[in-house]
Amino acid sequence: MALLRVDRVTRSFGGLEALKEVSFSLQERQIKALIGPNGAGKTTMFNLIAGSDRPTSGRILFRDSDITGRRAHQVCRLGVGRTFQHSLVFNDMSVLDNVRVGRYTKTRSGILPAVLRLPRYRKEERAVTVAAEHALRRAGLETKAAEPAGNLPLGERHLLEIARALAAEPSVLLLDEPAAGLNDEETDRLAGIVRQIRAEGVTILLVEHDMGFVMDLSDEVVVLDYGRKIAEGPPLMIQNDEQVIKAYLGED
Amino acid sequence: MTFLHRNRWFLLFAAIVLVLPAFISDTYYLSILAFMATRLMIVVGLALLMGQAGQVSLGHAAFVGIGAYGAAILTTKAGLDPWVAMVAAALMAAGVAAVIGMPTLKLKGHYLAMATLGFNEIAFILMVQLRSLTNGTDGITGIPSLRLGPIDFGQPRLYHVLVWGVALLIFLFSLNLAGSRVGRALKALHRSEPAAAALGIDTSGRKLQVFVISAVFASIAGSFDAYYVQFISPDSFTITFSVILVTSVVIGGLGRLWGPVWGTIVIVVLPELIKRVNEDATYLVFGLLLIAIMVLFPLRSGPLKEWLERLGGGKSARGPAGRRDRGPGRPPAE
Repeated sequence: MALLRVDRVTRSFGGLEALKEVSFSLQERQIKALIGPNGAGKTTMFNLIAGSDRPTSGRILFRDSDITGRRAHQVCRLGVGRTFQHSLVFNDMSVLDNVRVGRYTKTRSGILPAVLRLPRYRKEERAVTVAAEHALRRAGLETKAAEPAGNLPLGERHLLEIARALAAEPSVLLLDEPAAGLNDEETDRLAGIVRQIRAEGVTILLVEHDMGFVMDLSDEVVVLDYGRKIAEGPPLMIQNDEQVIKAYLGED
Repeated sequence: MTFLHRNRWFLLFAAIVLVLPAFISDTYYLSILAFMATRLMIVVGLALLMGQAGQVSLGHAAFVGIGAYGAAILTTKAGLDPWVAMVAAALMAAGVAAVIGMPTLKLKGHYLAMATLGFNEIAFILMVQLRSLTNGTDGITGIPSLRLGPIDFGQPRLYHVLVWGVALLIFLFSLNLAGSRVGRALKALHRSEPAAAALGIDTSGRKLQVFVISAVFASIAGSFDAYYVQFISPDSFTITFSVILVTSVVIGGLGRLWGPVWGTIVIVVLPELIKRVNEDATYLVFGLLLIAIMVLFPLRSGPLKEWLERLGGGKSARGPAGRRDRGPGRPPAE
């Protein structure tokens, strides 16, 4: 059974078809990459899956139930976490507080228990801190907990977004260009962390331009070009696919 | 022990305001203190909306008006008990806020500000024109004061304890909310709605909730004022008053926990002080001082901060980010 299935999804903006009848599926514990030249529709696909946008037609199934058109916060609640291409950490909050926010769906206290400081609320808050620290360790940021998130270098901001998403214990994690702007050393560190997260049972879908990173890490790659899927398969196959080479290098 | 320690500043503040009337015999000053309490209730709610959820209401005077007129009409015309009338008015304010907030808070941007601005104007016109209910510009007189069994809160000192008791509870509410799960969610959505939504936060629902709460606080304050003054008329609930409320929040510092207290003190006390020096120039000087305060104080990057930092050898005067009592919220980085 596929954990996540994208079924003939089309998204058009006015007359422009950003995605056209794209289908693929994600198996449990897989690392899958979504690649393609700029404007191929990768981020659009992410937004559709994560619920911040709706497909024009087609369906998105998560654990065999239709989640097409669900809103972002509902999709998160089902177990789909995501990070953003342009890091959206809360700059003036501490690293730990950023991750505490990520614990939102796993906690329940509303306004009353909080303002009355009920024992239930205090117990929950302690658990939030423990869980947030655990998520920070998974992303290798435990030593930075007290720092303002805005002080982190770009690479660690990406890691913080990952930690924040992990705090919600997602079963699928969507990573939007996690290696963008990272140097080799940071990229290696990121790859190690992504592998470790997968080993802990999280399925991963990533959009990435860094081909070394993608080919090294992914079990399977989906290639988009002008909104259409032009290839899908293991990295070695993709690297030798004529259509893919054409899409990237252009026809002569 | 931890309760006492964590809330030491709050407890100190509470002790001061509750004991203050013992040293004041002039009823004029007592009434200013009483108005500060209701003003604080309104500003606390508005500060939650502006500082935590990042939304602006330019019509909060109208919610105060709902509280005041609700209390006045339901007691004088329907003969309801003042407490019951206060609760009924607050429920009405909540309902109206929900109706205004539901469509506007789903949209990005400051649609709530525009909608509330229009609402304030409509509410004002209704107060003037619905003469059979409101007596138009003449206003409503003979509003009863609050009673509890044998205790008549028409007595200024007793009223002081009651109204400040409620104001302090509302302030404590906001202090406790700030560091909590919901407070974090509000902070997050203020900074980036897409990021907050991706973390499972129902952003429009949370904003609506805070807007409704702030409307309820404003309504309660309006009812208290009506029972205290025993007279109300439409000109207390103009858009100008809404703007003054927003100014109080900004002066106190957006996102600052104690901002509402400072903002209320400055906006209520400053004109009184200036008046004693020169009555004619009151609002000219007041305006200039407000500008000076805005430029110098609330911004974390303001000249005063820089000057203090230079004085302190370049070290930041503040603790690490993420602590509870922080400077004004930076505008969301989107």
